[in-house]
Formats: sequence, structure tokens, C-alpha cells
Amino acid sequence: MNKILLELNKLEASIEKKQIINGLDLKIGENEIHVIMGPNGSGKSTLSKILAGHPAYTINSGSVLFENKDLLCLAPEERSHEGLFLAFQYPIEIAGVTNYDFLRIAYNEKRKYLGQPELDPLQFMEITQIMLNKLKMRNEFLHRNLNEGFSGGEKKRNEILQMLLLEPKLVILDEIDSGLDIDAIRIICEGINNNMIKNSSLIIITHYPRILQYLKPTHVHIMMAGKIVKTGNIELVEQLEAYGYENIE
Amino acid sequence: MTEQKNKTNFEINQVINQPYKYGFKTNIEKEIFPIGLNENIIKLIVNKKKEPKFLLNFRLKAYKKWLQTKFPTWANLQINSLDFDKISYYSIPKKKKKLNSLEEVDPEILRTFEKLGISLDEQKKLSNVAVDAVFDSVSIGTTYKEKLAKSGVIFCSISEAIQDYPKLIEKFLGTVVSTGDNFFASLNSAVFTDGSFCYIPQNVICPLELSTYFRINDKDSGQFERTLIVAEKNSSVNYLEGCTAPQYSENQLHAAIVELVAFENANIKYSTVQNWYSGDNKGIGGIYNFVTKRGLCIGKNANISWTQVETGSSITWKYPSCVLVGELSSGEFYSIALTNNYQQADTGTKMIHLGEKTTSKIISKGISCGNSKNSYRGLVKIAANAKSSRNFSQCDSFLLGSSSLACTYPYIDIWNSNSIVEHEATISKISEEQLFYLTQRGITIDQAVGLLINGFCKDVVTMLPMEFATEADKLLSLKLEGSIG
Ligand SMILES: Nc1ncnc2c1ncn2[C@@H]1O[C@H](COP(=O)(O)OP(=O)(O)OP(=O)(O)O)[C@@H](O)[C@H]1O
Ligand SMILES: [Mg+2]
Repeated sequence: MNKILLELNKLEASIEKKQIINGLDLKIGENEIHVIMGPNGSGKSTLSKILAGHPAYTINSGSVLFENKDLLCLAPEERSHEGLFLAFQYPIEIAGVTNYDFLRIAYNEKRKYLGQPELDPLQFMEITQIMLNKLKMRNEFLHRNLNEGFSGGEKKRNEILQMLLLEPKLVILDEIDSGLDIDAIRIICEGINNNMIKNSSLIIITHYPRILQYLKPTHVHIMMAGKIVKTGNIELVEQLEAYGYENIE
Repeated sequence: MTEQKNKTNFEINQVINQPYKYGFKTNIEKEIFPIGLNENIIKLIVNKKKEPKFLLNFRLKAYKKWLQTKFPTWANLQINSLDFDKISYYSIPKKKKKLNSLEEVDPEILRTFEKLGISLDEQKKLSNVAVDAVFDSVSIGTTYKEKLAKSGVIFCSISEAIQDYPKLIEKFLGTVVSTGDNFFASLNSAVFTDGSFCYIPQNVICPLELSTYFRINDKDSGQFERTLIVAEKNSSVNYLEGCTAPQYSENQLHAAIVELVAFENANIKYSTVQNWYSGDNKGIGGIYNFVTKRGLCIGKNANISWTQVETGSSITWKYPSCVLVGELSSGEFYSIALTNNYQQADTGTKMIHLGEKTTSKIISKGISCGNSKNSYRGLVKIAANAKSSRNFSQCDSFLLGSSSLACTYPYIDIWNSNSIVEHEATISKISEEQLFYLTQRGITIDQAVGLLINGFCKDVVTMLPMEFATEADKLLSLKLEGSIG
């Protein structure tokens, strides 16, 4: 077994007094790719937002350890600096803030946290340029307001651009493949595969097996009603495709 | 049960005020008049400054009007009563003789301006900006005078202008804001002691940006400065105004007038970054800022544009306006007003369309934090003769915190049927989802709020000249620090 990166123990959490996560256990080791599949409303996005520290959720019981540190007592920006990255199912638009300014601030905050010198705008532009090319994104996206008026697929690409820049240890991709055309899925996955830092891991939340052609999962979990009900390997995905969630015992 | 513990509990807590970094005072020898106001004080000012007769009459007329006018109460402001008998109407740094150059200025005062980032030393000054520095009631010095004179531009303190160009002053002073315009305008007209004067002759594009820096230093003296800018036919000028004051626990009065006159095809762009001391986080002290600013587009196709970033003062009462007389003339008003703690702002504009095919544009961004009160008040008036005129107004408010208040009072008054007036208004709160997105990427909550607010204000900040835009961005972030979380 690989060294444990993330460990959830009997996690129970709610929003507005409604419990959504119902005793969830999950262990993720270094260098692993985990897939979480589950019906709509089963709590997949909720889980990812709780991991990232969204303030609207209340933890009722259980624990979350990230590299043996108590994740739940860290602020969202600290979790980010520690290496947690969430690619959002619905990336939000921010008016008046250019993508470039946003990326540079985020990037330099991480450098500060690591005790590295900040990059000046020119140096940062060079790095960003390389990433943009990898994702086949046009320069124009840097100078537009953050996600404002981006198409669904462009927003997703922009999430991956951020991921590549921040070099996280654990990436949660919440339906990164929804709304992406076939080429875009391939480009994004290549970007991820070629740029994940050493020993990092992925959690892929998805409804479709296509993305798994490119990102080969080591573990497959099925989530229902706020907990992991079954864990297996890629064969589990094939079973699901054939029988649906209702017939998973 | 444990709440997700995090510092970004987006609930807005008590506002921690960023210390005001311009709050120091300068100790200098000065000459102050006895407190209180009467005709003798006015005569004393006139004598002291050796002013011509017309000005004495102007001042006395204003004083009489002031006595007949009541303190305005229509604004959405709670004002501690001001005792006009407790104010000294004249305070000047003591000096032996007339200053001939900056070297003769009290070094203590020069240091004050250095500390404020305003260098009057022509070697070190901002390139491309000529500065007139006003300390309490008196102009301390104007840089770049010679360079400006070459192009025929006059830029000097209004006291000097009264001595050196009395005809121009007599011709224009009080033509835009009359002595009886309002309570504070009358008061200012009676007692104003200094300010800046700019005159741009016909066909001249002013080669430098002109800037006045106002500093209130003295505790018991009011500051009543007067600015007059005249742009002749086909001329153009860019004017910047900055303000700070020391930290005192008493409220201090600042009642200024700015008059702009633009002739045919002339352009005046007037930008302000107002950062007077705003009082402490309990609302003690701070400047009472009652300002009358108005521009007259008298010629065809003239343009006057006001941009203001209002972050200071305990009370701001200010409506930079445009009177559009010339056919095809246009007025603009771009404003950011940020209030925190117990600050109160009632600010906006008046666009008075009198000529045909005149246009105006209003963009106002109000941000209220803490227990502050922030009102936009705007009038768009289109007279019967102002056929085919247009106005577009957009007033956006942003609330940070549940104890602050944002109000909008748009008045629209249209007297013909072929003009178009559009008004848009929004009120928004900080979005938890946006903050979460930014913090997930490692951006701290303070920075995230700053980013969102700067984004909210962007349309206005981009209207500022470069040096001011950077300063304004920094100022906004500074003022917001700790206002959440
Ligand atoms: N603010 C809220 N108040 C009440 N219920 C909520 C709130 N937010 C989410 N929920 C509920 O929590 C449940 C889980 O939602 P979540 O978004 O995690 O599902 P999901 O598994 O990601 O679904 P999908 O596959 O459709 O993306 C849903 O039933 C949803 O309605
Ligand atoms: Mg989801």
C-alpha cells in the first residue's frame, strides 16, 4: 500500500441542518487515481467542497487527515497551500478581475507560503505561456475577466490551467469532463498526466467512463446517499455501465 | 458538533480599522486669527492678503447670504452640530516676508509634504505633474511654473492670482457657484483663503497634468479652499486633487469650492482622491467635508469630466456637477465612495442639460462597510430647450457587513420628449461562492475581498490618470483590510 495522503473516517456533515455526508470512509494513497461515481444528489460535490473547506458546511462527526494533518482545522487558503486543489463542477465568474491578475496573485501566494520569492509579471507570463500552450488555450483568456463569458468547456480548461500552475499534491476533479468536447477531454487529460508532480494523486468525480481512457484509475468507488458503498477497480465501471446504480448490491 | 473551523467564516465581524497613515501633525509657528466669524474677520483677511476692493464686496455679500441661510438638513447624514463661532477662519504658517522660492519655505512643511509622498523639490517631483501644495489656509508652493508659463498656462495659488491676474479672477470667480448657492458655498465665498487657479489659453493642450495637494494641519482652523479652472476655446487640461489631514479627536470643517469653466471644444478632466482623516473606529474625530464642485460647459462641444475616489472624511457632502449650456457639450461623473466604521457619505452629481444634444454619463460605485452610511444622490435635469439630449446613469452599491447602509436617491426631471434618460442600479453583497473560489486558490480573505472590490470599482478606476489609479487601488485595499472574517 502506498503512503497515505488523505484519510476520511466516518465523516458526517450537513448543510442547513440537512445531513448530506453519512459516515463516509475513504483512504487515498500517493500516486493513486481514484474515481468516485454515484447518482445525482448523492453528495459528490458536497464531499469535494467540504474537503476544500467551504464554510457553509457543518462537520457533525468524523475526521479528515491530509498528510497526517487535521485538514478540518485549516482555512481554505491553507488547504490550498498544503496542496489541495479542487477543480469546480461550476467555476464561478468574477467581474472586473482579470484572469491574469487572479492567476498571478494565487501563484505568488503559494510561493510566499513555500518561502520562495514572488515572480514579477514578466517571469510569471513566461510560465503561464507554457501552460497555455499545453492546454491549447489562446492568450486572450488571460486578459478577460475571470471565467466571465467563458463557454462551459473554456471554464473547465481554465480550471486545469490553475491546477498546472499551482502544482497540487491532491487534485479533485469534479465533473471536469462534463460539457467538454472529445478533443478537449484528451488535451486536458494529457495536460494532467504530463504535469502532475511526483507522488501526487487524483480524485475524479464523473458520470462517464470516457475520461478513464486517459486517466487510468487505480480505485473506483461508488457513492450513494452520502457514503461510499462499494470500492473496486475499473471492472466496477463496466458493471455500472451494464446494470446501473440500482442493481449494485 | 463542530463548525468547520476556519478564519474565513465569511460572516462579517467587527471592522478592524487600518491605522490612518497620514495622521501625524507638523509643529510650526503659525499665525491664527481669533475664532469666530464677523465682518471684521473678513476685513482682516482682505487686509492681510491685500486683496482688491471687488473681493471685499464679494466676501461681504457672501457673508450676508450665509447669515440668511440655514444649515442644509436634506442629506442622509447625521451631523454633530457645528459651532461656527469656535472655528478660526485663518491660519497660516508664520513667515517673515513674501516667499520667492521653495527654498524659503519652512523645511518642516516641506518635510510634511515629502512624508505624504508629494515632493515639491523640482528635482525629485513626479515627472509630468505640476503640483500646488496647500497647507492649512495657504498655498506653499507651485512647481513647474516656468515650464507651464511657456505654453501660456497659468497655474498658481488663488491668492497669487488675485494679485497678479485680478481681471481674470473678477471675471470668473463666482460665475459657476454663486455667493448664495448654498450654506457652505456662501461660507467659503466669505472666508476662502487659498486654493489653486488654472487658466488654459485658447488652443493650448496643457503640457503637464496639474495637481493640488491639500493638507489640513491645524486643529482649530477650518480649511476653505477655492479652486478655479478656466479652459478657453479648444484647450484641454487634466487636473488632480489629493487631500489628507492629521488625526484629531475633534471634527474639523472643510468647506471647499471648485469652479470649472469650459469654453467651446475645451476639455477639463478633474480627478480627486480624497483621503481626509475619517475618524477612529468608534466614529470620533474626522473631517467634515462639505464641498461644492461644479463645472460649466459654456461653449459648444465642451466637455467636463469628474472622477472621484472618496475614502476619507467622517462626513462627505459633495455633488460634483455639470451645467451643460453649450450645444453638444457633455458631462461625466465617475465616482467611488467607500465608507467604513462610522463614516457617512452623501455624494453624487447633478447633470443639468440646458443646451441641445447635450450628453451626460454617471457611473457611481458605493461600498459600505462597518456601521457606515453611503448614499448616492443624483439629479438629471433636462430642460425644455435641451432637445435630443441623453443621459446614462449607473449606480452600483456594494454592502460589506450587515450593519452598513447603502441608499440611492436618483432624481430625474425631464422637460422635453425627445431626450433619453437611462438609469440602472444594483445592490450587491459579497458573494460567499466567489470568496470560496478565490480562497481555494490560496488567496487570503483580505486579498480576496480587495480583489472583488477592485473588480467592482474597475470601470471608475480606469478613468483615473495612471499615478492616481495605482494609488486608488492600494487605498481601497488598505481601507478594506480586516473588514471581513
Ligand atoms: N444549500 C443546500 N441546502 C440544502 N440541500 C443542499 C444544499 N446544497 C446541496 N444540497 C443537497 O445535497 C445533496 C448533494 O448534492 P451534491 O451537489 O453534493 O450532489 P452530487 O452528487 O454532486 O450530484 P451531481 O451528480 O448532480 O453533481 C443534494 O440533494 C442537494 O440538493
Ligand atoms: Mg456534483
